[in-house]
Amino acid sequence: MKHRIVLSMIWIALLTFASCGGGDKVANAETPEAAEAGTTDLGQAGVQDDESQKDIVKVAVGSADHSTLVKALQQAEYVHALANAGPFTVFAPTNAAFDKLPAGTVDNLMKADQKDALRNILEYHVALAVYKENMIRDGQSLGMANGDNITLQVKDGKMMVNNSANVLAAVPASNGLIYVIDAVLLPPAK
Amino acid sequence: MPWGMVGGAMLVSLLFSIQACKPKGVQSAVSGDSAVKAYVAPGKYDEFYNFVSGGFSGQMSVYGLPSGRLFRVIPVFSVDPEKGWGYSEETKPMLNTSHGFVPWDDLHHPALSTTEGIHDGRWAFGNANNTPRIARIDLKTFRTAEIIEIPNSGGNHSSPFITENTEYVVAGTRFSVPMGDKVDVPIKSYKENFRGTVSFISVDPAEGEMKIAFQILLPGVNFDLARAGKGKSHGWFFFSCYNSERANTLLEVNASQKDKDFIMAVNWKKAEEYVKAGKGMKKNVKYAHNVYDEVTHMATSKIETEVLVLDPKDCPDMVYFMPCPKSPHGCDTDPSGEYIVGSGKLAALIPVFSFTKIQEAIAAKNFEGDYEGIPVLNYDAVLHGEVKKPGLGPLHTEFDDKGFAYTSFFVSSEIVKWRVSDLQVVDRVPTYYSIGHLCVPGGPTKKPWGKYVIAYNKITKDRYLPTGPELSQSAQLYSIEGEKMQLLLDFPTIGEPHYAEAIPAEMIMKNSTKIFKLEENKNPYAALGEKEAKVERKGNEVHVYMTSIRSHIVPDNIEGIKVGDQVYFHVTNLEQDWDVPHGFAVKGANNAELLIMPGETQTLLWKPDRVGVFPMYCTDFCSALHQEMQGYVRVSPSGSNVPLIFSTGDQQ
Repeated sequence: MKHRIVLSMIWIALLTFASCGGGDKVANAETPEAAEAGTTDLGQAGVQDDESQKDIVKVAVGSADHSTLVKALQQAEYVHALANAGPFTVFAPTNAAFDKLPAGTVDNLMKADQKDALRNILEYHVALAVYKENMIRDGQSLGMANGDNITLQVKDGKMMVNNSANVLAAVPASNGLIYVIDAVLLPPAK
Repeated sequence: MPWGMVGGAMLVSLLFSIQACKPKGVQSAVSGDSAVKAYVAPGKYDEFYNFVSGGFSGQMSVYGLPSGRLFRVIPVFSVDPEKGWGYSEETKPMLNTSHGFVPWDDLHHPALSTTEGIHDGRWAFGNANNTPRIARIDLKTFRTAEIIEIPNSGGNHSSPFITENTEYVVAGTRFSVPMGDKVDVPIKSYKENFRGTVSFISVDPAEGEMKIAFQILLPGVNFDLARAGKGKSHGWFFFSCYNSERANTLLEVNASQKDKDFIMAVNWKKAEEYVKAGKGMKKNVKYAHNVYDEVTHMATSKIETEVLVLDPKDCPDMVYFMPCPKSPHGCDTDPSGEYIVGSGKLAALIPVFSFTKIQEAIAAKNFEGDYEGIPVLNYDAVLHGEVKKPGLGPLHTEFDDKGFAYTSFFVSSEIVKWRVSDLQVVDRVPTYYSIGHLCVPGGPTKKPWGKYVIAYNKITKDRYLPTGPELSQSAQLYSIEGEKMQLLLDFPTIGEPHYAEAIPAEMIMKNSTKIFKLEENKNPYAALGEKEAKVERKGNEVHVYMTSIRSHIVPDNIEGIKVGDQVYFHVTNLEQDWDVPHGFAVKGANNAELLIMPGETQTLLWKPDRVGVFPMYCTDFCSALHQEMQGYVRVSPSGSNVPLIFSTGDQQ
């Protein structure tokens, strides 16, 4: 055991010296060596943390049913915001929900020139504050991140959104609550 | 006088004065690439953690190197309202002593734990100088985990230096004091009644828990600093001491009479043998031992009543004195363990002792005599050599990985670099101003990491924007990668920096605790979910079991509290997310606020003194709806029959 500790310490020492590099490289942002050593440039969603409860982004990334949503969040550059402290309530359409949209809709939204439209749709799925199931009343309106409102229906203990999407499950995350829904919510036409 | 002449004269005198200030042969203070060497770009990590004593603030601070950025102030021996340290019910026992609650002390020296003489990144120790104590800080949580008081001590300055495998951390008295049954004595009876001690506190190798293994009873000198032997000298400990005159007044003059004081060499392996052989005497004392439990999130303080004392009279071959010129302060062992460097505050040379020669002199009984019954080794017999004319007022020495030593000089305000093998001075740089301690990463260990030397200065005068009569104390970072030391950066420090250590970031950061797991929280007042939140009355004590999560507290409406009640808010942070603490404050609280880490429970005692409705809220900006994270407590007159009720979110 002792030897192992010493060996690992030697490794650490070697690593330290390796990562320190020559004096002229220290903390020089221009050099690729410095850029890879101990960088924190990835942003909130890139924080290395296997101990904390997963945030909304990590939960979504870990769900096979939400790969389309994750791709859309990436395309709309909406990932870091949802890794923020929040707190959020996020309505997360499944892959099947996206598949229910008219053919070609998703492909079209994923085009570079549709980024703002995509972001608007995704923001329509996000509310600030944690709305737990027991706080929600039938007919309640929630203001969403894009500025529009959704309406919630509660019948026989089941929740729906805008009379169109069924809530399939509630998944807690470190920075809020995810409601898995079976249809994509479309903002009201203006 | 023509303007040209005035200008010329001024220029000449300016040039002259600049040259006159500068020791010969040093390069200009700051050279062109300094900024690049100290700059850590946004989003990049520093290479080293620098643990810096907070001096009279009683705390320890953590900086990054080379940037000099302050990351954290770890509360140790002083209350810290920012973190609730010493204010929350859970942490109050940490500052308990045999004198009761001591809210403020003076921390001088950190010591980072080592295994086989090399940093292992597990703990930092710190000394309380005034009410003698040693603290152990857990480097996973950056929190003080344990504090042990040192009996038979006054002024725990010669502390908390550690042995090679952190077997022991030591505590030597600066002030000798009367001890035992006879303590009410005339101060003038110093020589007769005052004694010094050095304590060896064992450290559990797995958990770190400290225990006073034994004390050694010594003549009434002042112990100043210390270093363990290492490598070949492992098993020995070296302590500098001054006031061998044993003066009890005006030490400025009276303790500076003799040409030489001592460095004391203690064979602690031998002391262990004497302890095993039953040579120790059990003495009745009183000292506090405080431990913070990370599972209950509570501290406990226990008063211990016994300590084992070894008297060199009964334990031959355990303690020796070596003469050392002029009130030695620093006492530092080189990475090989062969050389012990004594730094006399008033000396104009640096003696370097040889461990091999010390052993030979002991074997040959090459003594100049004895001091209070303890053998004094012959100076010339144990001397490796002297660094000649290094500067005035050497204080401390650190070592690099290339065979060089770096000694700080208070009076001449400089760092002097010298070669350990031949004792030749090879470089010197000015510091601004009056350097005390200095630090090379890994400098006191068998494996210095090198790269930088940091000066910790006592006086800054013109270095920073003025802030009234007191200016920020200062650290200065120098590169030691080249032949010449190069000043890179000034950075301000908290309190007063004394000693500091630096350790590669990789050795600490990978172990850093992110959250406390809720399922492991065994605080008796924890509410581990919102359903467990409640308010209970026991006589005039009211216990609020409260939860915090983004972005509400449960309960947030409380009624039925009465004037004269003692209300304990036990707040559990239900977050399981790194770096999401919640705070808690209630209007009129007479102590402080709480800061509660994810998964932790902390308790604030509130004594409402008037009728009314009082706001309470989260003080740590936790989320977009932080400002909504609030509630009310209704306080009624003492005889009121308002029922005790509590709720959250019941309005429609």
